[in-house]
Amino acid sequence: MTVLIEATGVSKHYPVETGGMFRRTTTPLRAVDNVSLSVEEGETLGLVGESGCGKSTLGRLLIRLLPATAGNIRFGGTDITALGGQPLRNVRRSMQIVFQDPYGALNPRMTVEDIVMEPLLIHGAKPNADSRAQVSDMLSRVGLPARALERFPHEFSGGQRQRIGIARALILRPRFVVCDEPVSALDVSVQAQIVNLLQDLQAELGLTYLFIAHDLGVVKHISTRVAVMYLGKIVEVAEKRALYAEPRHPYTRGLIASVPVTHPSQRARGRAERQRLEGDIPSALNPPSGCRFHTRCPLVQPICREQEPATREPAAGHLVACHLA
Amino acid sequence: MSLLEVRNLTTAFQTGRGEITAVEDVSFDLNEGEILGIVGESGSGKSVTALTIMGLLPRPPARVATGSVHFAGENLTNLSDSRMQHIRGPGIAMVFQEPMTSLNPVFTIGDQIMETIAAHERLPQRALFARAVEMLEKVGIASAATRMADYPHQLSGGQRQRVMLAIALVCRPKLLIADEPTTALDVTIQAQILDLLLDLRDEFGMAIMLITHNMGVIAETADRVIVMYAGRIVEEAPVATLFDSPRHPYTRGLLECVPSLITERDRLIAIPGTLPEPIRRPPGCRFAPRCRFAQPDCAAGIPPLLRLAPGHTAACIHIPEQ
Amino acid sequence: MTAPEEIRQSPFNVTLRRLMHHRLFLLGLGLVSIVAIAALLAPWIAPVDPNKLAMRFKFRPPDGDFIFGTDNFGRSLWSRVIWGARLSMFIGSAVVLINAVCGTAIGAAAGYFRRLDNILMRFNDALMAFPAVLLAIAVTAVLGPSVNDVIIALGIVYTPRTARIVRSSVIVLREMEYVQAAVAAGAGHWRILRRHILPNAMAPLIVQLSFLFAYAVLTEATLSFLGVGAVPPTPTWGNIMAEGRQYMIDAPWIIAIPGVALMITVLGLNLLGDGLRDVLDPRLRIQS
Repeated sequence: MTVLIEATGVSKHYPVETGGMFRRTTTPLRAVDNVSLSVEEGETLGLVGESGCGKSTLGRLLIRLLPATAGNIRFGGTDITALGGQPLRNVRRSMQIVFQDPYGALNPRMTVEDIVMEPLLIHGAKPNADSRAQVSDMLSRVGLPARALERFPHEFSGGQRQRIGIARALILRPRFVVCDEPVSALDVSVQAQIVNLLQDLQAELGLTYLFIAHDLGVVKHISTRVAVMYLGKIVEVAEKRALYAEPRHPYTRGLIASVPVTHPSQRARGRAERQRLEGDIPSALNPPSGCRFHTRCPLVQPICREQEPATREPAAGHLVACHLA
Repeated sequence: MSLLEVRNLTTAFQTGRGEITAVEDVSFDLNEGEILGIVGESGSGKSVTALTIMGLLPRPPARVATGSVHFAGENLTNLSDSRMQHIRGPGIAMVFQEPMTSLNPVFTIGDQIMETIAAHERLPQRALFARAVEMLEKVGIASAATRMADYPHQLSGGQRQRVMLAIALVCRPKLLIADEPTTALDVTIQAQILDLLLDLRDEFGMAIMLITHNMGVIAETADRVIVMYAGRIVEEAPVATLFDSPRHPYTRGLLECVPSLITERDRLIAIPGTLPEPIRRPPGCRFAPRCRFAQPDCAAGIPPLLRLAPGHTAACIHIPEQ
Repeated sequence: MTAPEEIRQSPFNVTLRRLMHHRLFLLGLGLVSIVAIAALLAPWIAPVDPNKLAMRFKFRPPDGDFIFGTDNFGRSLWSRVIWGARLSMFIGSAVVLINAVCGTAIGAAAGYFRRLDNILMRFNDALMAFPAVLLAIAVTAVLGPSVNDVIIALGIVYTPRTARIVRSSVIVLREMEYVQAAVAAGAGHWRILRRHILPNAMAPLIVQLSFLFAYAVLTEATLSFLGVGAVPPTPTWGNIMAEGRQYMIDAPWIIAIPGVALMITVLGLNLLGDGLRDVLDPRLRIQS
């Protein structure tokens, strides 16, 4: 397996003004803090975590939609951290994104044809028969009828809009696609359609995905490997079966235990046995010292409050950042 | 007699393109202390059913076209506004999906809980305060007495939903309607809130009508389940029966299409198509165009709810074999 | 009940259809159209020179010979009011045009390029701190009292307000995911502004411009009335009213008729603006 995209020590800090009217201080909000992660060619890396953990920010950092505060990003062996202008534009052809909100992701004043064709035009194509043929081909691949071409986004349901967004992302034939919660806003009966479509397109076009989601079931279904994020840090990465069967980080365990049971008969056992996480996610503006999870960790030890755990590899390909794992 | 009896309820809305029925011919009972799950996707009519019961729909454009809602023997559909205000709170209370917008940002949470009590009972300020603190402790807010002075923006999403529960339960309602109470929350917080709901039910003995699109939430909490599709009930069953032998193809689809942590499949079993818009509902069975068991006669008429076993009904004329 | 397939559901068509069902908008459109048509057809429907003096006809009340009567110099009020409408419409349109161009440019630059935001908006705030009429008087005092100078003055007075509205829409739109998608596809700033941000910022701008038209007509009349607008005998409504003020008791029609014309115009434009706001306001559009 070759590594397609690799982040090393990547951080994204936002300056936030705090304090009263007169004594303002600027505190960095560490949305993503010193994260290293690699995605292999052809795989789907699932990225899970609760809201505010920085998973969307990390996805956008990888494809240079946001500039990183620190660290570097390599794509296909080239350092793209500091690219700009035409070289960056060329790299963008190969890295695309599918968004969560099927309503906000499509310009309401453009027809579906204009929306899907735009990336081609940006990269020098002319709005001619050839471009149109490419657009119709892509629309049929994502399962939209040809008559969708001249329609406007508001005429479509959420699931169909998500198909349009996928067509726009794939029209340039990228190698790497960040799927940022692509099914979270959809009705459950439609989610499965979109998940199946993403898998079919991956097989057809040889795509590599970073699949960001908070639904552990969907992530387990679609991923090859899964990374778990908490408060701007990656706490565990493993092949999916290893991660779900033998989670090593207490946060991963708590997360899995919080997923509702699939049958009412498991209910009683579930409540008694499963260790649910107490408390709320702390603020990323003022993250806990040492291990960031120690305020909620059922196994917390004194060392956890003082020292940030290093990432270790207790089994081949299974990375975990915990003093106790 | 049940605590809540809904009979043939149809709620219609006047729109620019004619009148549409958001809820159609819905009947069900809810007993004291019972948790009834109502499952459906957006547009299924589950929230409108709840808002109709609460009398919270603006009229016009909404109107109760037919049917009745009896709560503790009293018909709510033709009640005066002032009488309805007395029912809301000590009779029926409601919590909503969005804990951010359900709390007034300019008042402290203490003020908002005490105001709710004061609307129904005449109590001295000190007693109001004590009641509010006690309720906050019950919903699991740590150091409740000091948190009384907090404003909503100082709380996390999970804490806000706890405060919403405190406001809803402070008048000891007989029925709590919870409309997607955990949908906006993270999964670890969802688990906490669901556990809390069950504990509060055991403590207060109230009935809960739990509206959700998430079958997992149903599996965790409900005693009995109603499945709604395009404004109508398509299946009703005790929770174990529903999960063991779902009979309506839509219920089966809902159960199959969600990937679980336990089983593995190469492909998900999707339900094709999308929910029809209210003005473009197909004739006959509304699920037929998306149903893999559909036959030509499914379009002939709206299928009635058939009784399959005690407490188990489904609205399908070609119930597939298991 | 299915909608006919042939009707294209473009956002423009949807908006147009809603406007055509908005009664107050149609009333406003009707009132403004009357004034606009009168202004356009002035050379044909009011062939008498509005400045032609005829002392023997002075102070004639409205009758068969003079539809709107005559003023203290015997000039036909019909001609003066119609030609005045032409001037009002011209000044209003010119101010709206200046605003649409400059306000959009400044607002878009401030909203899209964060670095420019502070400089442009503080300058804007400074201009907005003056009362509109006082600032306009100050500008005309510097430039001189002619129709062109009034247009420039009103442009300077109202452009900051338009820029502010455009800026706030642009700030919201800049964060939309379709803008992010265009960035991800490699689009440059100009393309993003032209294709994704400005077309979606038009709705609040159009609403603002329709109200602005009314303000411009009203402020121009105020300036003329105060004697700092276009110099007499230019037939602006403000000038006619300023002259008629002295004869309000004996010849009330001189001040009343341009006053009513002004009222019809401003009322029409405001109704038009209200209707546009009802239909175009994004907060209302989400519900549909």
